[in-house]
Amino acid sequence: MLGEGILKGMLETAKNFAGSYVSKERMVTVEYPEERAPLPEASRNFPFLVYDGKDWEAGLRCVACQICEKECPPKCIYIDKSADKKPDAVGKPQFYPTRFDIDISVCMSCQICVEVCPFEAIKMDKEFELATDDRFGGLLLDRQQLARSNEYYHQIHPVEAAEVDTRLAEERAAAEAKAKAAAEAAAAKAAAAKAAAEAKGAAEPKPADKPKPPAGGGA
Amino acid sequence: MARTLDQIFILFKDWIVSFLPSSLQPVAGVILGVIGILAVFPTLFALTTVFERKGLARMQNRLGPNRVGPFGFLQPIADGIKALTKEDVVPFSADNFVHFLAPLVLVVAVFMGFAILPVGRNMQLVDMDAGLLFFFAMGASTEISIFMAGWSSRNKYSLLGAMRAVAQMISYEIPLLLSSIAVVMITGSLSLPKIVAAQAGYTGIWPHWYVFTPWGFGAFLMFAVAAMAETNRTPFDLPEGESELVAGYFTEYSGFKFALFFLGEYLGMFSISGIAVTLFLGGWAAPFSFLTWVPSWIWFFAKVMTAIFVFIWVRGTLPRVRQDQLMNFAWKFVLPYTLLVLFVTALWRFMGEGWERWVVCSAILIVAYVIMGRLQMSRRKFAPRSYRYAE
Amino acid sequence: MSPVFYFLAALTVAGGLAAVLLRNLVHCALAVTVSFAGLALLFLSLDAQFAGFAQILIYIGAVAILVVFAILLTRGAELPGGAIFSRTWIAGLVIAAGVFALLGWAVIESARALPTYAAAPTVSVHDIGLALVGRYVLPLEIVALLLTSATIGAVIVAMHEKEPSR
Repeated sequence: MLGEGILKGMLETAKNFAGSYVSKERMVTVEYPEERAPLPEASRNFPFLVYDGKDWEAGLRCVACQICEKECPPKCIYIDKSADKKPDAVGKPQFYPTRFDIDISVCMSCQICVEVCPFEAIKMDKEFELATDDRFGGLLLDRQQLARSNEYYHQIHPVEAAEVDTRLAEERAAAEAKAKAAAEAAAAKAAAAKAAAEAKGAAEPKPADKPKPPAGGGA
Repeated sequence: MARTLDQIFILFKDWIVSFLPSSLQPVAGVILGVIGILAVFPTLFALTTVFERKGLARMQNRLGPNRVGPFGFLQPIADGIKALTKEDVVPFSADNFVHFLAPLVLVVAVFMGFAILPVGRNMQLVDMDAGLLFFFAMGASTEISIFMAGWSSRNKYSLLGAMRAVAQMISYEIPLLLSSIAVVMITGSLSLPKIVAAQAGYTGIWPHWYVFTPWGFGAFLMFAVAAMAETNRTPFDLPEGESELVAGYFTEYSGFKFALFFLGEYLGMFSISGIAVTLFLGGWAAPFSFLTWVPSWIWFFAKVMTAIFVFIWVRGTLPRVRQDQLMNFAWKFVLPYTLLVLFVTALWRFMGEGWERWVVCSAILIVAYVIMGRLQMSRRKFAPRSYRYAE
Repeated sequence: MSPVFYFLAALTVAGGLAAVLLRNLVHCALAVTVSFAGLALLFLSLDAQFAGFAQILIYIGAVAILVVFAILLTRGAELPGGAIFSRTWIAGLVIAAGVFALLGWAVIESARALPTYAAAPTVSVHDIGLALVGRYVLPLEIVALLLTSATIGAVIVAMHEKEPSR
């Protein structure tokens, strides 16, 4: 009958209307800015620099290798390498960036800088409420503004951060093991050489006043 | 006490007018009535815009505006300030004189339609002998303003929208008039207070509203469809189809003139709902005989707001009707059915009192509706579409 | 001759004059609408409610729309190339003056024939209805027949264009 569909439709709409007051699941509206829709784990916006420990300047993982600066497609990263070196997390002296600026008005969030960084120093942040009214320098983030702690990294990307941490720990452990093995080998070698030299010195007659040739090069 | 509350506005007007010399009293009375209309209906318009947005939102499972004021009810004030402070952009090649006049003509014609509406007992501004005819005359005047708006903008989309709107309005004007003629036939008068008085009786607790009779129900249905088309409401809102014609005939209007068009459209909705309530739903009469102690103007406004809610409800439910489907529907279904309703009304009148006339009239109307409905739905031919151009 | 009558008469005549003197055709159509409105108000000032409101409903609501549609659907909306006044305007003026004189004489003669101080009869809609189906039922039926034939003719003329399809 003509009009049946209209009446059925109106009943459906009436159910929607009444239901929207009664059940909470019907309303999909997220009342920004009081509520925020949760961002997925892998969402990304602009990069930030990771530092380990409490001091951001000392614990910054970046060693100013400038790979990300070269790989960045819109060339929005500006790095100045330092003149001196300071020890990094493993203890090895490395360069550090005296200036690390990212122009986030240019950055296109392609994540290439993250992919090419060999030191897990630069990662993607999720922060999007970055609007500012300073149109000349407000969107050029410097080193201090970009530095965020490793704990923050764990907070925003838990799975990824855990993975990075395990990998870094493994590398560190491997490096330490290697160093220890090298040190042991060196120590063993030194001890062996010393024992050989002493043995050699004990086998020959010992003239007290004759100048002795130095034993084994002293190594 | 109930009587005083019912007539409170009339008493108030009489009290104020009594301070003036008797030569000025009729004029002062009319001016006070006009001030009352100008105060009440635009306020209702403001409330209706919020109701519409929140109602539509809830029907679509989302929140409506809820930032301005408690639950968003001060939103019309924000909208009004926006409309008033916007720059008034008039296209360079637009016809300035006609462009300026179009919203004025619309608002004047629409406001005139409120003059004969019986808002409560003894509460109409003017009691004209040909009151209903006056209302339809004012409704017809709005078409000219729509055409003026569309043509003066020198914009082909506005012109298209205006032509569609005018074609739609003149097609549905005939069923609108004919279905109200059915009421006039039974009442014997074109004067609206008399029509309401004829419906204000009760048998037991049941009211004598015309909508509860078979012919009244058929006429009311046709009147409702034609009213939705006259006021350009969904599903007949092709002229202002937001997804197709930008805003149709008021594309080139900005700021306050746009607000005036908006006001004109909603006030048209109010006045047509008011007429529908007066003709079919008993006007200011209470629904049950034990509720007559509630003031009459409360009943009138309650019924009008219910009608407005149904308008909003239908808007939230139905998709838009295409222009040719719209015209088809008007001339091939609504008009013949309205003529049949007229015939059945005459039959009702001449069959005399009794249960026979109920059965016969209901049977005729229901059978005709089903048959014509089937005919309408089977008319879908999948032939290649033919185009007709004006030579 | 009250000031209201003078004002309404001036409005009607101004509308008519504008309808023939304006350049833009749609402006002319709107001016003729103004003169229709003036006529309706003249009817109302004579207490002929039904005639006045029917004038608005039919002339402004239908005839003016028809005129406007006709202008729009043909190419009348373009500005006229030539002058507004035709070359044979003297003949037109003579004919118009002649018709005006005839009508004016007829009106004044009929006004003289009526009693001047009789109260104007209040004709209600009820009386008009009774007259239409009582005394004037034959003209009513003839007009209905005319309208029906016009409608059928319009439908046939419009349907004819659908024949040459494919």
